Amino acid sequence: MIDEKTIKDHGLTLEEYASIVRLIGKEPNLTELGIFSVMWSEHCGYKSSRVYLKGLPTKGKHVIQGPGENAGILDIGDGLAVVFKIESHNHPSFIEPYQGAATGVGGILRDIFTMGARPIAVLDSLRFGPLDDPRNKVIMEGVVSGIAGYGNSIGIPTVGGEIAFEEGYSLNPLVNVFALGLAEKDKIFYAKAEGTGNPVLYVGAKTGRDGIHGATMASAEFGKDTEHKRPNVQVGDPFKEKLLLEACLEVMSTDMIVGIQDMGAAGLTCSTTEMAAKAGSGMEIDLDLVPQREEGMTPYETMLSESQERMLICAKKEKVAEVRAIFAKWDLDAVVIGHVTEGGRLKVKSKGEEVVDIPVDAVVNLCPVYRRPIRTPAFLRKVSKLPEIPLPADLNEVFFKVLSSPAIADKEWVFRQYDHMIQVNTAFLPGADAAVLRIKGSKKALAMTLDGNSLYAYLDPRQGARIAVSEACRNLACVGARPIGVTNCLNFGNPEKPEVMWQFKEAVGGMSEACRAFEIPVTGGNVSFYNDTEGASIHPTPVLGIVGIIEDIGKAVRPGFRTAGDAVILLGENKEELGGSEYLKVCVGLQKGIPPGIDLTAERKVQELCLEAITEGLLRSAHDVSDGGLAVCLAECAFHSGKRLGYSIDLGDRIRADALLFGESQSRIVVTACPRRAGKVLALARKRKVKARLIGRTGGRDIVVRVRRREVVRVPVGDAFKAWKESIPSRYKVKE
Amino acid sequence: MKFGVVMFPGSNCDHDTFHVLKDVIGRDTVFLWHKDHDLQGVDVVVLPGGFSYGDYLRSGAIARFSPLMQEVRAFARSGGHVLGICNGFQILLELGLLPGAMLRNKDLKFLCQFVHIRIENDRTDFTRAGKKGQILRIPIAHFDGNYYAPDKVIEDMRRNEQIVFRYCNADGKVTDEANVNGSMDGIAGVMNAKGNVMGMMPHPERASEALLGSEDGQVIFRSLIEAIEHKGRIAR
Repeated sequence: MIDEKTIKDHGLTLEEYASIVRLIGKEPNLTELGIFSVMWSEHCGYKSSRVYLKGLPTKGKHVIQGPGENAGILDIGDGLAVVFKIESHNHPSFIEPYQGAATGVGGILRDIFTMGARPIAVLDSLRFGPLDDPRNKVIMEGVVSGIAGYGNSIGIPTVGGEIAFEEGYSLNPLVNVFALGLAEKDKIFYAKAEGTGNPVLYVGAKTGRDGIHGATMASAEFGKDTEHKRPNVQVGDPFKEKLLLEACLEVMSTDMIVGIQDMGAAGLTCSTTEMAAKAGSGMEIDLDLVPQREEGMTPYETMLSESQERMLICAKKEKVAEVRAIFAKWDLDAVVIGHVTEGGRLKVKSKGEEVVDIPVDAVVNLCPVYRRPIRTPAFLRKVSKLPEIPLPADLNEVFFKVLSSPAIADKEWVFRQYDHMIQVNTAFLPGADAAVLRIKGSKKALAMTLDGNSLYAYLDPRQGARIAVSEACRNLACVGARPIGVTNCLNFGNPEKPEVMWQFKEAVGGMSEACRAFEIPVTGGNVSFYNDTEGASIHPTPVLGIVGIIEDIGKAVRPGFRTAGDAVILLGENKEELGGSEYLKVCVGLQKGIPPGIDLTAERKVQELCLEAITEGLLRSAHDVSDGGLAVCLAECAFHSGKRLGYSIDLGDRIRADALLFGESQSRIVVTACPRRAGKVLALARKRKVKARLIGRTGGRDIVVRVRRREVVRVPVGDAFKAWKESIPSRYKVKE
Repeated sequence: MKFGVVMFPGSNCDHDTFHVLKDVIGRDTVFLWHKDHDLQGVDVVVLPGGFSYGDYLRSGAIARFSPLMQEVRAFARSGGHVLGICNGFQILLELGLLPGAMLRNKDLKFLCQFVHIRIENDRTDFTRAGKKGQILRIPIAHFDGNYYAPDKVIEDMRRNEQIVFRYCNADGKVTDEANVNGSMDGIAGVMNAKGNVMGMMPHPERASEALLGSEDGQVIFRSLIEAIEHKGRIAR
């Protein structure tokens, strides 16, 4: 008999329990309750988010598979497809940074190769509390080494991403991992178990007690007792996963199997029920056959374990021996633990007794969906208004301060810990606007980027999401790529708080508007709610992962200036917008105002212009203006030039100088062209009705910026470079 | 001529090396499975980078017991060419085919970046297509690349011209700053006394295509081709 406390301990409400009883026509036993609790958790069931996610555009000419599978799939031509997705591993990474982040990588990679794709890239979006706090430094160091430890060993390059810092992430860091794989279009596998009598095989690592209730943990707020949750975090074994990856891809290159699913959140529970439900089948398994590395595990523990590096395969009856031979070659367990049945029920046996008998449809498809109360947060009124901001006397000083802010500063300390070159496809090293990977044997290349801005989203979630989509697409345009599809990771607080739910609704709405404006489909993603520790919610943080195609990699463009004497051209317009800027945060101590405006039509025109100029071979470099504004954008172009080329810029805009230099107005790109092509770029802009103008020249050893003929910044490139380069490493230097 | 790339469980630069040897350099190349005992008549055995056996216990420590390693050892003893890259170098050290050992990088961090190395000896089958003093721009990607050997061993190797590559700056100077992993004497690659077995931490296969930023790594593969196809082995 299940009592009220047990129900609540499983994160279920009494109403939810009542509907379980109704759906299965009996009181569940503890194992059955455990199964429902994880499958109906927010993490697996999307019960608060589903009503809003339905509004996202999911169709498009490249889409092979939209939301609902392990990952989204897009057709990239030449018989190839990309399989990609993003997942959060926020809670585990706070409790145990190294393993939390490592298993985040392992989990998303399984989502990719379970579909028959070889993973070729990982990107991560990371958010931590400020680095002045030693605890945050430890968390960041742990997360970065966890990502490195797993990704480097399994041999998938970590090619890009983003890192940001906000106070709100001190007790709730965000670790969002994106992965992309390449597959042959006609060799894609799905998570389905069909064909009555077909065997179900358990492959990979043995099952232990690790990670029990991980999915439920991700669906609740954190209190002060997080230390006790450490055993809920799984432990990763990248070597085992490398073997699993090779063995699975080898099996999938044949016609031996019907379907395959990784055991991620909710392990054996999720894989068995989902594979059966997708095919309208049932399944019978015997837990005594499950390879276990601990003794005396109960059926409850075995079904709910989140031990890593495991997959479930539905094989063709006559091919079992061949499947097992391949796994044996890779020294992995592959054990038949059950078979597909008719009738849509999951039946689980243990020690000769039936311990579970429930309809899979109820578990997988009938999770309650909530339209939770929403309320506009009261704080918005307070934070949206900016006080009078005095114009700083010395803009050189501001420039250095912004450049050395960890959010802006060079991230080499992080990315050189990641193997970003393995698989020999990395055409652009990290630091460019987007990661660019060549496709072997083709002129085409893939570009990928992850973007989010939680301060904008905090000040206006709708606008924040619109900007995140726009910026991601702009990053792609800057390398010469056209966006083809989107995945997203939506990190929010407790959805039972009406203010959080309002933020979520607004952000999804903004994302939807922007994706429609750019005509890019959303093929899936991940929602991470309950990012609250000790009652405080994080800033709403929608992170966008966008994939693009470059038709001819020979034409792709990098952000760095190339030669002295080139014309520096600004595409787009400078506006007096300071709200939500890094400058206000770092130099004035304000996280206020309304985020920059964005006109999605105008934004798209700027991007199209940039793309055409790149395709026509007119540009030598392109870099988007984002965090830190025009001043930071130009400086980064110089830092990435290799030779540390200086530049001299003249701006005539009649707006205050700090806003002109550090304001974060959208829809701007800084490009360079050799002087005799500059006219062509400007003519193209006129034709496309985009504002563009020559703002200066590259060259010299100094960074010089004049506003209305008055020099406001003059610093040696080397000094600025040093401030930008050494900011993060200096925080980790051991004092002698 | 034919290259063989050994696949250990956990090798992860095996496909990269295969791709470069076959599709870029254009030579017959086969994979050699660690559980086999057959070298398939290859002229050069390449032990690729990666994390063989997860690098659990110690980098390369378990791979040396793979069945195929008996054949590789015999092949090397009979003068066959063996090239170990990164994890492959670590395995050669564990096998005892090359002197020395690897410590963790001096900053205790994994390092993936382009570095410069200088050819210290061009009279080898691994560098004959290059020139002594030539600077190669080439990536590294390792945690345990801090080369160590007793002073006496280093001294012998130096006298015997077994030190093939040293880390240097863009101008070719061997400095502490350029020696990012803290290797003794800035050593990036060494060979055995006979000159048929070489290990190096940098990845020549990652620097063999202009699109990826450098073609300098081709020198090593081209040298081996010269040595074998033109039978012009350098006498030692």
